Amino acid sequence: MLAKRIIPCLDVRAGKVTKGVQFLANVDVGDPVAMARYYYEEGADELVFYDITASNERRGIMIDVVRAVAREIFIPFSVGGGLRTLEDMRAVLLAGAEKVSIDSGAVRNPALIAEGARAFGSQCIVLSMQVKRTGNPNCASGCEVIIDGGRTPTGRDALEWACEGERLGAGELCINSIDRDGTKLGYDLEITRSISARVSIPVIASGGAGEPKHLLAAFTSGLADAAIVASIVHYGEYPIPQLKRYLRDNGVEIREAVSLERSAP
Amino acid sequence: MIPCIAMIAIVDYRAGNLTSVARALEHLGHRSEITDRADRICAADRVILPGVGAAGATMANLARLGLVEVLRDEVIGAGRPFLGICIGIQVLLERSEEDDARCLGVIAGAVRRFPAMIDGRPLKVPQIGWNRVYQRRAHPIFEGIPNPSYFYFVNSYYPAPADPSLVIAASDYGVEFCAALARENLVATQFHLEKSGAVGLRMLDNFCRMNA
Repeated sequence: MLAKRIIPCLDVRAGKVTKGVQFLANVDVGDPVAMARYYYEEGADELVFYDITASNERRGIMIDVVRAVAREIFIPFSVGGGLRTLEDMRAVLLAGAEKVSIDSGAVRNPALIAEGARAFGSQCIVLSMQVKRTGNPNCASGCEVIIDGGRTPTGRDALEWACEGERLGAGELCINSIDRDGTKLGYDLEITRSISARVSIPVIASGGAGEPKHLLAAFTSGLADAAIVASIVHYGEYPIPQLKRYLRDNGVEIREAVSLERSAP
Repeated sequence: MIPCIAMIAIVDYRAGNLTSVARALEHLGHRSEITDRADRICAADRVILPGVGAAGATMANLARLGLVEVLRDEVIGAGRPFLGICIGIQVLLERSEEDDARCLGVIAGAVRRFPAMIDGRPLKVPQIGWNRVYQRRAHPIFEGIPNPSYFYFVNSYYPAPADPSLVIAASDYGVEFCAALARENLVATQFHLEKSGAVGLRMLDNFCRMNA
């Protein structure tokens, strides 16, 4: 069966990685291409880039980043942030991304999921959703979908939206807990589990990983197929090989990264 | 005269992700060209049919571009080195359950869908992620590849060749399935060599160095 995936997430603004990312290794901090290569060599199973550049005129910079990353890393990576149209998606896919991650744009225009799936295949379309325990009584799962970078509540139930996204053709779902994001308190296991138990596409847990046991919990009780990691790896506290060893020691199926040197012919 | 440099043709049949194979070859130092021209494909030393896509659409595009006979007779039939990746392995068989498509038929057998349920539990289809690939037969494409190794898969369907001796690698996703097959100069993988990190690059490089 499939290995559980560890997916480092890089926020990119105007071509630079944000969040005071620092490494013990000799990496040009802030350079998305250098960081992508670092995580690739560390054994990341996939990467995700979020373009948090707000303005449209800077979109071209992100495309250049995607193109440069695609020349250097040979694992799947997805790109999200501000994708609103088929053309937005096509641009990042043509530049070399394996998948696109759509979020607020899909809530505003759910047809975007179906159109994207039809044009590029479901496997290209990751429906990313920001969820929050707002106490909205209409949200039976306990979580409400929030858009616009955590600013705008939609009144939509997270589980209901996840099922709708699957029905429309999303290939994967990424569930990002706003409550947990940046807290290092662990993923919101409850919503991750409720969604994963209900849908038949892979579910990616996101938001809150601070310790290796949080990933273990996401993969076991959270039923997640993959987990996004950010600060837990960005600060060099838990390098990916160490996270993977911990998970493997605890019985999780994890891909061992191999380094192959071709001997001289 | 400039010496003739080995050239690899990547068949352009209007599917997604042709460029990722080209980039991987470039990274490995191999010259390649993405093309839909029969003469270029026939002139190449090696041919790669990569891609993500549906069987029906892939066959329709190959037919529209006049490449069905070229691939079947002049490349594979003529014994020229050929590598199929993902949909490029599936179209080698006779039929696919996807779109009920008639495929190239160079390998006897069919392409089947993963079951929806396994042991009373739903199976997530497509499989998206890293799965263990077990080498079943020695083949030059596996030179230097640990057995088993993880490779990246994205598929709802899998090839089921009638002749089990063609299966050179197998994986398990609810059912055991053929992950790679080979016959003479033809080799094909269900997993994405261009997205499988170091082991994938090594296999791609092995294909480019295999004796024709």
